[in-house]
Amino acid sequence: MNVKNRVIAIIAEQAVLDVSEISLDQSLDSLGLDSLGLVEAIFAIEESFDVSVPFNANEPSKSGFDLSSVAAIIVAVEGLIAQKAA
Amino acid sequence: MRRVVITGAGTVNALAPDVAGTYAAMAEGRCGIGALDIPDKDRLLVQIGAQVQGWQPEAHFSRQELPLLDRFAQFARVAARQAVDQSGLSFDGELADRSGVILGTAGGGLGTTDDTYRAVYAEGKNRVHPLVVPRLMHSAGASHVAMAHNLRGPSFSVASACASSNHAMGLAFQMIRGGGAQVMLTGGSEAMLCFGGIKAWEGLRVMSQTACRPFSLTRNGMVQGEGAAVFVFEDFDHARARGAQILAEVIGFAMTSDAADIVMPSQDGAARAIAGALRDAGLKADQVGYINAHGTGTAANDKTECAALTQVFGSHASQLMISSTKAMHGHIIGGTGAVELLACLMALQQGVIAPTIGYEAADPDCALDVVPNVARQARVEVALSNAFAFGGLNAVLALRRAP
Repeated sequence: MNVKNRVIAIIAEQAVLDVSEISLDQSLDSLGLDSLGLVEAIFAIEESFDVSVPFNANEPSKSGFDLSSVAAIIVAVEGLIAQKAA
Repeated sequence: MRRVVITGAGTVNALAPDVAGTYAAMAEGRCGIGALDIPDKDRLLVQIGAQVQGWQPEAHFSRQELPLLDRFAQFARVAARQAVDQSGLSFDGELADRSGVILGTAGGGLGTTDDTYRAVYAEGKNRVHPLVVPRLMHSAGASHVAMAHNLRGPSFSVASACASSNHAMGLAFQMIRGGGAQVMLTGGSEAMLCFGGIKAWEGLRVMSQTACRPFSLTRNGMVQGEGAAVFVFEDFDHARARGAQILAEVIGFAMTSDAADIVMPSQDGAARAIAGALRDAGLKADQVGYINAHGTGTAANDKTECAALTQVFGSHASQLMISSTKAMHGHIIGGTGAVELLACLMALQQGVIAPTIGYEAADPDCALDVVPNVARQARVEVALSNAFAFGGLNAVLALRRAP
């Protein structure tokens, strides 16, 4: 599975949806993911890709990790993987 | 119903190993948060905390006692000794049978658990210290305080996460008020600043890696502390009959449950607890002068707490002095309400309002007088102390100047 599909699978699991119900332009809010689901999704991403996601629930917009949509999260994860490889 | 007064106080926390030192630190707005000094710190993202500095257990306990005492129980024992000494009480005969101890803690002997897991899992040991269980049990602090002072009445520990101490003190208050005890030692203790304790908190993504800045627009999370505070709660008639020095009167208590979310606070649950404490104390909103806020420095708590205060106090909210002392002593989790009650005692006894330090910029969602950065002189008749725990367990105490 590529990064994109693995991220979608993680989000789908936390949102209790099928991967086919997730589209790239959706926000996590619109998928019904609450704050605990978000923290669990980030943990799953870190474990799955062996990366550290900079995220503080107190200032999510300042975390430098774009969570605005499924597509943005995929790009951010790809960025973290590239950083790790560099 | 009996009246209940406080006739002794003791503490160990990052600011000082006693009450006088803690008052001095709070009055000067000193910060007890610094770089953590614990094993494997380099594997932690959060590397700051309010640790008790220079703690020497062997200065307080014999070689026979030490193996029985986790750090949280050590803090409780030392704080309790100071409180009993100040009260001038000694417990024997009928008084011993009518006196007890209720202490709050969220983690109990977490350091003992952490060390023991490390030994058996990481180091592959097949044998643990024989006294692991009596060291780690949450009630160990209460038991050791009872043993040290011969308190033979109602004694147990209370765990309600960050509200543990307030629940403990509220129950002690109700017990004396209802005639179930004459004297109660009460407060709370926590020693969670071990590798496993901090690692667990890191996972929630609510900890700050820089500073605790309650109510400030720039706040970015909580910072953990450790320590204990223990008070002597006493039947007013008993205290008066023996000519005891009274530090303050406990006049009300209320507890509520949000019944809503395991981490997100609710304005309604907090407001019902604050209003309940006022009602229990027979107070009108405008009689309150100072509130020691829960004020964790998280985005969620601080704005919810301010909204709840505004809801309960209406136009008087802007007249209140509200401060969070967590920016100085850290969030002491199950012991925090007890250490914070000291700020209420200082306000009532000395007319000094502890500041909210680390305050950088106003947050429109927290537009109340949070006594930013610098302590203030003010005569206060009534003070409240708020505690709102994860899982929506809320407990608020009301205190009045000594009669």
